[in-house]
Amino acid sequence: MSLLEIDNVTLRFGGVVAVNQVSFSVEEGEVFALVGPNGAGKSTIFNLISRIYDPVEGDIRFDGQSLLSRQAHEIAAAGIARTFQNIELFEQATVLQNLLVGRHRHRRSNFVSELLFTPFVRSEERRHRAEVEKVIDFLDLQPYRDKYIAGLPYGVRKVVEMGRALAIEPRLLLLDEPASGLSVEETQDVAFWIEDIKKQMGITVLMVEHDMHLVSSVSDRVLALADGQTLALGTAEEVQNDPKVIEAYIGVADEHERAVA
Amino acid sequence: MRTVFKTSYDADINLFRHGTQAAWYAVLLLLAIILPFLLSDFATGEVTHMLIWAIAGMGLMILVGQTGQASLGHAAFLAVGCYANVLLQERLGLPFLLSFPLAGLIAGLAGVLIAIPTTKLHGIYLAIATLAISILTDDVIVLAEPLTGGVVGLFAPTINIFGIEFDRYANPNRFYWLTLVVTLLVILVYRNALRSPLGRSFAAVRDSEVSAKAMGVNVARTKALAFGISTAITGLAGALMGHFAGIFNNETFNIIISIQLLLMIVIGGLGSIHGAFFGAIVVALLPQAIAISRDAVGGLIGTGSVAIPGLEQAIFGAILIVFILFEPMGIYGRWVKIRTYFELFPFYRRDMFRRQKSYLKTERMR
Repeated sequence: MSLLEIDNVTLRFGGVVAVNQVSFSVEEGEVFALVGPNGAGKSTIFNLISRIYDPVEGDIRFDGQSLLSRQAHEIAAAGIARTFQNIELFEQATVLQNLLVGRHRHRRSNFVSELLFTPFVRSEERRHRAEVEKVIDFLDLQPYRDKYIAGLPYGVRKVVEMGRALAIEPRLLLLDEPASGLSVEETQDVAFWIEDIKKQMGITVLMVEHDMHLVSSVSDRVLALADGQTLALGTAEEVQNDPKVIEAYIGVADEHERAVA
Repeated sequence: MRTVFKTSYDADINLFRHGTQAAWYAVLLLLAIILPFLLSDFATGEVTHMLIWAIAGMGLMILVGQTGQASLGHAAFLAVGCYANVLLQERLGLPFLLSFPLAGLIAGLAGVLIAIPTTKLHGIYLAIATLAISILTDDVIVLAEPLTGGVVGLFAPTINIFGIEFDRYANPNRFYWLTLVVTLLVILVYRNALRSPLGRSFAAVRDSEVSAKAMGVNVARTKALAFGISTAITGLAGALMGHFAGIFNNETFNIIISIQLLLMIVIGGLGSIHGAFFGAIVVALLPQAIAISRDAVGGLIGTGSVAIPGLEQAIFGAILIVFILFEPMGIYGRWVKIRTYFELFPFYRRDMFRRQKSYLKTERMR
């Protein structure tokens, strides 16, 4: 059984078909990339998995269980974490607080004991902090612990967002364009981290990415989408050489050009 | 500048960052305790009034500053707390020690009930909905005359705890200390909320609802909880206000009070406990400051004390405009800047707080 199964999912916004009968499945322990031109429906698929949108047909199963019966805030508890294309951090909070929000899924204290700050809450806080420190060490965020997000440069925010998703301790990590807007060096770091997330932490990664260099260096399988439909599935190389994918990106020579050629 | 070397996670969990900070607050507490001996009875009463406003301000701050939900209806919950407290004492004969926390609980439950339908709204629409609640409460108090005394109002009994009487006029010092104890408890609860998952879930809802959901935060429940805690604290302030005023009716908690509360925390500085206190100092002491300066000016130019209607509101409005234009982070924001200036002297730069923006996310339209 696959970890995540997207089964014949369709989503329409009015007359626009954003995702059209898309099916694919992500196996446990792999890095699976979604590629495609803008408007292909990649981020929409992420939003479908995190239950921001309801599909009109089809089913999304995680670990054999349908996610459609869950609400958006119950997805993290299932073991799915995500990042956002346009960073959605908690701006007026510190890096540490942001990462600790990621631990919300593991909260065992109720609000009454928290208002009284019982010894149990304190011991829980220490435990959450210890887990968050592991993420901080992994992503080299030590200099930024007490910095407010509002004052941080873009590259660091991107990393903090990945850290916050890791603090959830997910089984499946959804990365929405983890390298967009990053420098070559930063992108290199992201590639190493994704490798480590897969190998050391054993977390399955589903990512949307435009940087084909990054995609081909880290992903086991790639799915190409265009206009909400699947074009090709295979290794990065296979997908890049697929005529339908080339057509979607570059377009096909029209009659006139063929005649000239 | 101080560098704190942290040797355990507790350093970030504890109430104070370091011993010196704790010592300063201990000095402040000591000063607060002996204050009635230093001031006249009248001045003690004014400080008590300020503390009550600060409690109400902290209540609203949890909602607006921490959770980012605007409310123009908090006077309604002052009223709920006030009437519940007095009615529980008068009608059911409960002692103050029971009626007071129950009044807070009732105001909190009322807040949760209001939150369930209204927190689906954002920004200005939420403000309008809560405004309507404030107006409705005024009418409900008049309509429920058999219970509330309508426009005639109710008298608050003298507080009696184990035979010791707390009356604003007969023994203002005791009333002050009682208010101080409540203030300290509210501060402690507020701080506990901020340093636990609860406070972080509030901040998450304030800054990004979509990613709060992705982190597993139940946004609707968190908002309702923030409303409940906020209105419970405001209800406690209302109960104290009733005892402080002695007599109250529907006019005591009108819409102006709601607006004043919101302006108070904006002037004080959104998102901090300090802000509630700075704002309360301005709101509670401004009328007296105006009266004193009016007499002084009148004495100088020989006109005596002439009452100028609306002067108070005008000055209050002017202060608000000045703050929104020049210091959106309020008095507390200015205080932090001044403190940083001296801590880093002579290395303070003007641009240091440039990236810092207002807490009030509710202004963002959706």
